[in-house]
Amino acid sequence: MLGLAGDEVAYRAYLREMTAHLRSFLRRRLRGLPEDVEDLLQELLLALHNQRHTYDPAQPLTAWVHAIARYKIVDHLRRRSRSEALNEPFDDGEPFAGADHDAAEARYDVATLLRELPDRQRQLIEYVKIGGASVAEAARLTGMSESAVKVGIHRGLRKLATRMRGVR
Amino acid sequence: MKTEDLVALLSTRVEPVDAAHGRRRFLLAAGVGSAIAVALVLRGLKLNPGLGQAILVPMFWVREAFCAALAGAGMMGLARLARPGRRLGIVPAAVVIPVVAMWLLAMAVLTAASPPDRLALIVGRTARVCPFLIALLAVPSFIAFIWLLRGLAPTRLRLAGAAAGFAAGSIGALAYSLHCPEFAAPFIAAWYLLGMAIPTVIGAWLGPRLLRW
Repeated sequence: MLGLAGDEVAYRAYLREMTAHLRSFLRRRLRGLPEDVEDLLQELLLALHNQRHTYDPAQPLTAWVHAIARYKIVDHLRRRSRSEALNEPFDDGEPFAGADHDAAEARYDVATLLRELPDRQRQLIEYVKIGGASVAEAARLTGMSESAVKVGIHRGLRKLATRMRGVR
Repeated sequence: MKTEDLVALLSTRVEPVDAAHGRRRFLLAAGVGSAIAVALVLRGLKLNPGLGQAILVPMFWVREAFCAALAGAGMMGLARLARPGRRLGIVPAAVVIPVVAMWLLAMAVLTAASPPDRLALIVGRTARVCPFLIALLAVPSFIAFIWLLRGLAPTRLRLAGAAAGFAAGSIGALAYSLHCPEFAAPFIAAWYLLGMAIPTVIGAWLGPRLLRW
């Protein structure tokens, strides 16, 4: 997979393809919870990214993706049932509330979660992942070493994944 | 943030994956865990003073091979359970075959022995401490393997925790065997396995608590 070699265009195409695939995968499996689909989809995409080092190119990609998706669905449902046991849901009358919202918008806002990351990690993600600066440029701007920049971005995105799980 | 924007964020300036990184971490975890266990044996328990003669006894090597085979099977299971979508394949067989072989050998030894000697073959002189010392020596490897798994993506948390415990238990047993004066197959079939089972059960219990991501 070219995306694993750091090819930005190939990696973006792969993530787009996974977005479409996983959205329908999630819709089929979360039939009663249409409002959760986009939330979980964003969580899944972040997981595919953060865990991409666990993919072995000798193994079928679908087996890897689906194992992650199934794990995240089970994890999601378990957390959901736990939080529902704690606070009684009061939106029973409107099971499809929110179904008209833009399907590509999740309920939590990744941008907000990003702002809540520790300053250094947030700054690095803003420079490199949003601003498109190279790792070398970010290293110059912050006075950090290049490997520290990479580690900072990696940690920041992992922390983001943890925050996403905690929000719902 | 829209999903499309997240995709753009993740793919911008994506770094190539370092394929050797996982292997290095694996070797580091196994190496550090075993080294600490061996150091604990050398400093705390002392080497078996009869080790020089023991290495001439075939049963010594059967015992070492038994522990090493299980450590290998445990680590193979660990490597597979750490990655989503990998099948266990031959791992269950690699665990079961040495165990059954040791039990058969123990049974043969017990059958051949005269009835009054049988209990001594099972209990030896150190059965009371053996499993607990093995479990204790498994602790450093167990911590290292949990650290390893937390950097990867196990999807079957209970099984992954159990594999970490089992691999750590077998490494603990291997380290303990440098101290242990017992070579009878019935002893190993009972107490060594119990020593490995303790961290395995603890790992299965802790897995879902420690490995969620």
